Amino acid sequence: MSDLAETLMPIAELRRNQPRFRGLEAGHLACLGCGQALAARLVTEAAGPDVAVANATGCLEVFTTAWPQSAWRVPWLHSLFENAAAIASGMEAALKAQGKPAKVLAFGGDGGTFDIGFQALSGMLERGHNVLYVCFDNEAYMNTGVQRSSSTPHAAMTTTSPPGKARMGKRHLKKDIISIIAAHNIPYAATASVAYPSDIRKKVRRALEIDGPAFINIHSPCPLGWGHDGSLSIEMARLAVECGLFPVVELERGALTGTMPLRAPRPVTDYLKPQQRFAHLFQNDPRAKEELEHLQALADHNIETYGLRGERPDPLDSAGADTVRRGGVRWA
Amino acid sequence: MLQALEGSQAIALAVALCRPQVVAAYPITPQTHIVEGLARLIADGKLQCELVSVESEFSAASVALGAVVAGSRAYTASASQGILLMSEVLYNIAGLRVPLVMTCANRAVSAPLSIWNDQQDSMAVRDAGWIQLYCADNQEAVDTTVQAYRIAERTELPVMVCVDGFTLTHTLEPLEIPSRDQVDAFLPPFHFARALDPLHPISSGTLVSPEYYTEARHAHHQALLRAKDEIVTADNDWAVLTGRASGGLLEVDGPDDARVAILTLGSVFGTLLDAREEYPQLGPVKLIKLRAFRPFPVEALQQVCVGLSDVIVLERALSPGSGGIVGAEVRAALAELSAAPRVHNFAVGLGGRDVPLDIYPRLLAAIQSAFPVRFAILDVELDKLPAEDR
Repeated sequence: MSDLAETLMPIAELRRNQPRFRGLEAGHLACLGCGQALAARLVTEAAGPDVAVANATGCLEVFTTAWPQSAWRVPWLHSLFENAAAIASGMEAALKAQGKPAKVLAFGGDGGTFDIGFQALSGMLERGHNVLYVCFDNEAYMNTGVQRSSSTPHAAMTTTSPPGKARMGKRHLKKDIISIIAAHNIPYAATASVAYPSDIRKKVRRALEIDGPAFINIHSPCPLGWGHDGSLSIEMARLAVECGLFPVVELERGALTGTMPLRAPRPVTDYLKPQQRFAHLFQNDPRAKEELEHLQALADHNIETYGLRGERPDPLDSAGADTVRRGGVRWA
Repeated sequence: MLQALEGSQAIALAVALCRPQVVAAYPITPQTHIVEGLARLIADGKLQCELVSVESEFSAASVALGAVVAGSRAYTASASQGILLMSEVLYNIAGLRVPLVMTCANRAVSAPLSIWNDQQDSMAVRDAGWIQLYCADNQEAVDTTVQAYRIAERTELPVMVCVDGFTLTHTLEPLEIPSRDQVDAFLPPFHFARALDPLHPISSGTLVSPEYYTEARHAHHQALLRAKDEIVTADNDWAVLTGRASGGLLEVDGPDDARVAILTLGSVFGTLLDAREEYPQLGPVKLIKLRAFRPFPVEALQQVCVGLSDVIVLERALSPGSGGIVGAEVRAALAELSAAPRVHNFAVGLGGRDVPLDIYPRLLAAIQSAFPVRFAILDVELDKLPAEDR
């Protein structure tokens, strides 16, 4: 027994190193193919058990905690739609005052992050709270019935940006949240995509190593709101990256420090066509052609701005990342 | 030992004695000196505390909420527009049954913009599910602040200590600040049973279906009703320790044979005490200081109003289109008495309008009418208004 005791890890270390800790358990009520559910599971897996979560109102809160059930294995609080960053600030201040090491995570959707919770988020970043804020970006208010948010891509159809005789979907651009976040000169800001799980894990670990505020925006397809089959979520997320409409980047103290290069940029139509929210762009309409050109130009602009065009195949580019080769067989 | 202190500075000292670990605040206009006082104590190393200077009142309440849920005693202060801005969070704090204490430095609400005192702000959030205690003077504000932490932490209900802006917060009074030993003996170290803990993870603030929501509201209502005992006990225990009481749920001052009473909240009580001395010829009058507005002390109020012919309710807020807020509740409570006194209701001191001593004879004259005054705003100068608004 004494030999065994000597070889045992201390309990705290064992807790941190348990294989595949799941902060978000299966059995919750998310839709089939929900990108957010997968992303939240990946984030909590990587963050480990010693965290406290402040969750904004939204799908994630609703589908995980239908009283008296809960899918969370980490301490978790939902307060309101627009204050997750402020709640997390308070938790962090309290844990600091108590001398406790737990990490604070804040979770919000794009509505709770880009729009209604934006002020609280900016305040949290400016004050330097040691919090990792994760935005699950599915590009509209999905929980309330697919209304447009400031994260909705240009020309996308939502229930409040329907295409018609006088409109071609959303008239405005997707807000460039990562640049705005990075402009706070925080230690770490990144974008990620559910199509690349190990990239998410790596970024969460990196963000949690840092003392200070960190932000990760995870592109998370919503089959219901985007209008694609639930089985295509990962493919949609991957296409968004590969066409350049969703650049995967890292910024430290405001400076670009990492990008996921595109092995072979795809035309935006490959990404847009399978989604109902862009169906009006594939009708015989001169305005549709114009909007497609507009979206291609936005993608090209991203590729140019972040220098995403890889010079040669790279194991960590958009085709190589998150693949494992064993004995010559590629595992996606 | 008595010290001459400004109300805000005295409240800051009282808060500091309660050893909060997190203070969050935003300087919305109108601002008080409470948080500035706490910031000074922290800067001088006299208080170990995280001061979070947030970007809005909404976040001030949210940071305080997050801090309590993470296991720390917390504090915030606000007034007027700030109370309205944080009102969504105030409901949330109460619904989550989070034991937080805040000061409301009562001020009027815009528009028109006024930075001066009335109680429209706290009255606007009376249904948020907080305990509301109104202070008649700065000594009560100090003592009630300390009591509020014990009440909040024993009942798992948030407590709003309401202190008239300017009239109290910016006024110097001779005050007794309790000793550290007294406060430590009265207030145990902070413990919140539902604090977030990675070793015992819980989910808080979940989605609740119609199957459970009604029960949650019932439990919250019952908790507030039961809190009456804690409010009385806290005041009694504090009186044993310090020799000072603040009036429990309500306090009555005046001769037993008085048939007329004037009920009010906050600093107007002091004005009425002085006025009664000024006009002794007007006969015996009881003065009732309503300290707890939430929970509303129906039984205690009925008890002290037995045998009265007239109760005048003076308040510094109104519900436009209805009338008095406190007046309506007092009238409803007293209607259950077999010989219910007539209830007259006046709003006074709106937006910092002075409440002079001669209000006292005018009130007593006004109730001589055949019918009780259902509601009137006192001292309206109609000649300032265009004819159609009079």
